[in-house]
Amino acid sequence: MYRISIFLLLFGIWIVFSGQFDAFHLALGLISTALVTAISSDFFFADRSRGTGARIQEIVRIPWYLSWMLYQILLSNLHILKLALSPGDLPEVQPKLVRIKTGLKTDFAKWFLANSITLTPGTITIDIEGDELLIHSISEVTTTGVEDDAMERKIASVFERGNN
Amino acid sequence: MIINTVCIVLVLLGIIFFVGGAVGIVRFPDFYTRMHAAGKGDTMSVFMVLVGLAVYQLSDFTLANLLIAGKILFITIFIMWASPTSTHALIKAGLEEGQKVWTRNDKKETEDEQ
Repeated sequence: MYRISIFLLLFGIWIVFSGQFDAFHLALGLISTALVTAISSDFFFADRSRGTGARIQEIVRIPWYLSWMLYQILLSNLHILKLALSPGDLPEVQPKLVRIKTGLKTDFAKWFLANSITLTPGTITIDIEGDELLIHSISEVTTTGVEDDAMERKIASVFERGNN
Repeated sequence: MIINTVCIVLVLLGIIFFVGGAVGIVRFPDFYTRMHAAGKGDTMSVFMVLVGLAVYQLSDFTLANLLIAGKILFITIFIMWASPTSTHALIKAGLEEGQKVWTRNDKKETEDEQ
């Protein structure tokens, strides 16, 4: 079941990328996706203890999170734009190293949080040590933004709803 | 016509964000703050330019163009994935190598030293 879903996923990607629907290209796609599935399907999801239903629920919730994320990226990009174009010796640039604690448990959720923080302009995750994230933040506004745990709660509601 | 306008607006906004990032690289004070401008000014601008191109593709709606728009979406997903990863790698290397973190207060001292 697991292998079949990986196979279908890869074959879908093949069809989108090739854009050819004749028998020759579809056969090539079948052979290569079957080969990749046979060799490396174990790498896709390390933790397979959760059922397919829970996975699908996660996948459905991710776009909702991403649209919120996109709005956040837009807001903070505007902030960086304002910073870069402000006159004088950039009075609002007050870089700072921040440590925040996270309550997220799985590695994947932590990785997702770290990537989201880095993706939001103005903050970069330097390191994850256990449940602490070391973050470089560029100004007062982004520092308060990252110390607020709104992002973490959203990620927890996407990936760890069952655990909490 | 409407689609063309949407596309042009998206691409122009993307270019404005790009300019902000480029200006930031020049003006920000140290390695870390420059990484902010270099690594992330891109995310929104690349996203906007690419979505603009995808919209432009869809103005002539055929299956082939839909597939091309899908491929463009794959590029945006890849960039949103790879850009934070590489930014993180560079900035971590910088910290381990011992680059000093510039702060407001440091600046006065260095000016006094000079």
